[in-house]
Order: sequence, then structure tokens, then C-alpha cells
Amino acid sequence: MKGNEAIAEAAIIAGCRHYFGYPITPQTEIAAYMAKRMPKIGGCFLQAESEIAAINMVYGVAATGKRVMTSSSSPGISLKGEGISYLAGADLPSLIVNVQRGGPGLGGIQPSQSDYFQATKGTAHGDFHMLVLAPASVQEMADLTVKGFELADKYRMTAMVLADGTMGQMMEPVSLDYEVKNTVEKPWATTGTNMEREHNIVNSLFLSPEKLEEENFKRYDRYKLIEENETMYEEYMMEDAEICVSAFGIASRVAKNAINEAREMGIKVGLIRPITLWPFPKAPFKKAGEKVKSIISVELSMGQMIEDIRLASECKVPVTLCNRAGGMIPTPEQVLEAIINANNGGAK
Amino acid sequence: MSATKFLFAGFGGQGILFSGKFLAYKGLIEDKQVSWLPSYGPEMRGGTASCSVILSDTPVGSPIVSNPDVLVAMNLPSLDKYEDAVVSGGTIFVDSTLIERKVKRTDVTVHYIPATALADQNGMPTLANMIIVGKVLKELNEFNEEGINGALGKVISARHANMLDFNLKALKIGSEN
Repeated sequence: MKGNEAIAEAAIIAGCRHYFGYPITPQTEIAAYMAKRMPKIGGCFLQAESEIAAINMVYGVAATGKRVMTSSSSPGISLKGEGISYLAGADLPSLIVNVQRGGPGLGGIQPSQSDYFQATKGTAHGDFHMLVLAPASVQEMADLTVKGFELADKYRMTAMVLADGTMGQMMEPVSLDYEVKNTVEKPWATTGTNMEREHNIVNSLFLSPEKLEEENFKRYDRYKLIEENETMYEEYMMEDAEICVSAFGIASRVAKNAINEAREMGIKVGLIRPITLWPFPKAPFKKAGEKVKSIISVELSMGQMIEDIRLASECKVPVTLCNRAGGMIPTPEQVLEAIINANNGGAK
Repeated sequence: MSATKFLFAGFGGQGILFSGKFLAYKGLIEDKQVSWLPSYGPEMRGGTASCSVILSDTPVGSPIVSNPDVLVAMNLPSLDKYEDAVVSGGTIFVDSTLIERKVKRTDVTVHYIPATALADQNGMPTLANMIIVGKVLKELNEFNEEGINGALGKVISARHANMLDFNLKALKIGSEN
């Protein structure tokens, strides 16, 4: 199954019956799959007139407490920014998929990870975060979609699956056997009062600064819980590592190849792969900062995650960048060279 | 690590992605770890197309094939572009109907097969891709009916079930040439 199709099918399994989107390469298979499947299962597929319309349709369904999603690729996500901020302001759960392509601007259509800043920090205006999940296989495209819906409901926020063109387009075997949790009560949802309760109001406008501040503090209390309980990462050969490579998504697969080769050459190198990009897995990097010689951040961007790595490792060891950008992907050879350099003390 | 990395390359429309998909499904049926990564976007609409397939006994790392063990070149630009990328000791399959020149490398095994001409002669002009795949399977000792039938059943939709026999025949022609 293609990564994009795995996301779509997993969303349906997770109980999502509302999809709104607008086509853009390299994620169009998600919309195509939804268009085929939703009518057959009593769901709603709607190709909106624009990305902005689609995200606001998501807001509407989310307000009723139903599981809802949209998907796009980099330029399209920028357009959705305003709506994502409104979703955050109204504390509405939703799932958004970004199958990244090279930027800025219209950029290109080849894979990229240059929306890391956008996803983890600068999605749009206001004090808020999205839960950002970074799959590194077709299996994880599906797993993290299901997980994303669950976490979004649990914490009343938007979860984003941050993939890239390679993850979306590649095929791998995938098992879609889930026990889906869809049990979160949503007493806030606008489902009709039946003349038995007060009206529920879903809104992101708070003109009283005291009230708005209170809402923001409450939201950040939840974020703290998420940081404590939902941070996910994978460590690979880190036990005795002297060099630490860090990468997420497709970059982590390239990095693993290079690490395996370096290990055969006798170099003690391991990998920390963040699975949640927000919350960022600070603990393993703090630990790494205390024991490795240096850290290499492998990214399909001009260096974005590297800033979080420096913060989390408290700048105790040098952190260098091994990257390609604009739709190019580093080769295992390029990463291996960076590892050998670092091992020879060449890290600056 | 026992992984075989394949790169299929040719014109859009020659069935490059399809042949790769077939090979990946055949691997899956045979309990191998597999990945399939297409070129996507404008190439698919008539330019050069390529796809990476990895069949492995251990989990597949990077799905990107930059140095293939096996290159299937179905047009000249593909051979020009990827000939030097093939690993030393690797294998190149060339559609000799469409590629007139010979492979320059001397450290690889080369099989020339007039796949496009064979396809035309046998009244299946769209199946040169499967003829060349038949040859690939034969040369790699992977030509077994069970895997082939299973994989064809996966990649050919029920709507096109009538194409199943043609594909099987194409694979056989390839394996016999």
C-alpha cells in the first residue's frame, strides 16, 4: 500500500467519516482514496474550492465532536494556517496531514522536511501548538494517523502527521489491525441541546484579556501533560554510541543505512529518531549531550530540527548539520562521510 | 545483508512503475521485506520514469536506490543516466530494440533483450516491460509460477482480469529469450 493510502484507510478505521481537501502533489492519493471510500461507508468526502475552505469545514465538523481530517502539502498547509489557529483557539480536535514538498513558495514536488518550523513552532498566530507526529514507514503512516486521532480527542487539539513526498509515494507492506479508542466524552460538542441543556458555544474570540489569558494558561497546562506523557522517540544503537545521529521520517531511514555501515567499520554511532516533533523528545538528547562526542542532525532542509537538538542537548557537544534541501535527499554515503568526519574529531 | 536493489527506468507509459510493483508484490508473497518508490509528478506524464524496488531478508532501510544491483533500462536516456550508478558486479538488462548502443562497463553482467520487438511480434505491444521482467526473473533464478501468479493477481485489478494471461505469456516469452 502507498503511504498516502495507508493514512486514508487508517483514518477511516479510526472512525473518521469527514474528509475535506484540495488536491496537491504529493498527497493527492489521500483525497483520491477518500473520494472512493467515503461514499461507500456513509461518510463525507468533499473537494473544497480551496485549502482555506477545507480547513474551515474541518472546524465546522470538529465543533460537533466528530472525527475529521484534511490533508495537503506544504504550500497548502500555509494557506490552512489561519484555520489551524482558530481550531487551537476553540480547543477543537482534528487531524491534519502534511506530505511535505520542497519550498519556499510553490517550490517543487519532491520530498522535503522544510516545514519543521511551521509544524512545530510557526503554524500561525497566537500561543498554541499542534501535536506533531513524524512517521518513518508506511506502517507508521497508518499507526500515527490512528494515534493522532486518539491524542487529538484526548487533549482537544489538532494533531498533525508530518510526512514527506517519499513517505507518501512509497509502497511497503502494512498491517491495519487496530483496536481503535474512540471513547473520549465530548460534552462541549454542538450536537443540539434537545431543550435539555444550555447551549454549547464553540468560539475562539475572547475580548476580555483576563479571560483570554486564562484560556491560554489552561491550554498550556494541557501541553505540559502532553510533554510528560506523550513524547515518543526511537533509539537505535545508542547504548555505547560515541557519535549520535538524529533524524526523523525518511532521513532516519537513510541515516540507519549509514549507521549500519559505520558500525561495520567499527565506529560507535547510534540514532535518536524523534517520532513526536512536538513535544520534542528532550530527554534522550540531554542524555546524549552528556556522553557522546558530537551530534549530527540529518535533515531534508537547511537545518531546522538542529535548533531543538542544540537546546535539548544544552549545547554540551557540537551539533552539526548533514543536509540536502529543495527536494533532494541525502545519500547514505553523505551521512557516512559526516559520521566518519565526526569520529575523526572533525566536527566544528 | 541480503538485499537486492532494483532500479527500473524508461519512458513514462512503458509500464516502468507497474513492473516494479509486480516485483515488489512477488517479493511480498515470498515473505521478503519489500519497498517500492516511484518517481512521481511530471515524469509520469510522458517523460522519463523510474522506480526503486528493494527485496530484502531484513527490514528495508532507505527505500531510495541510488546504486542498484539490478538496472532495467528501457530507453537510452535511462541507460546513459544510470549505467555508472550500478554496483560493480551488478546486472544490467537492456531493451535492445530501443537502445542501440552497448553497455560500456566491463565489471557488470549485461543482458540484451529485444523486448519491444518481441512484444510487437507477439501481438502485445504494451507488454515489453513484462517481457524484460520475465528475463530478469529467469536470470536471477526467481522464475516460479506461484509467486508470479500471486503477484499478477495483486497488480492487475479485477476489471482488467483479461490481461492476466497476456502478462503471464509476456513473462514466459522473456524467460525463454
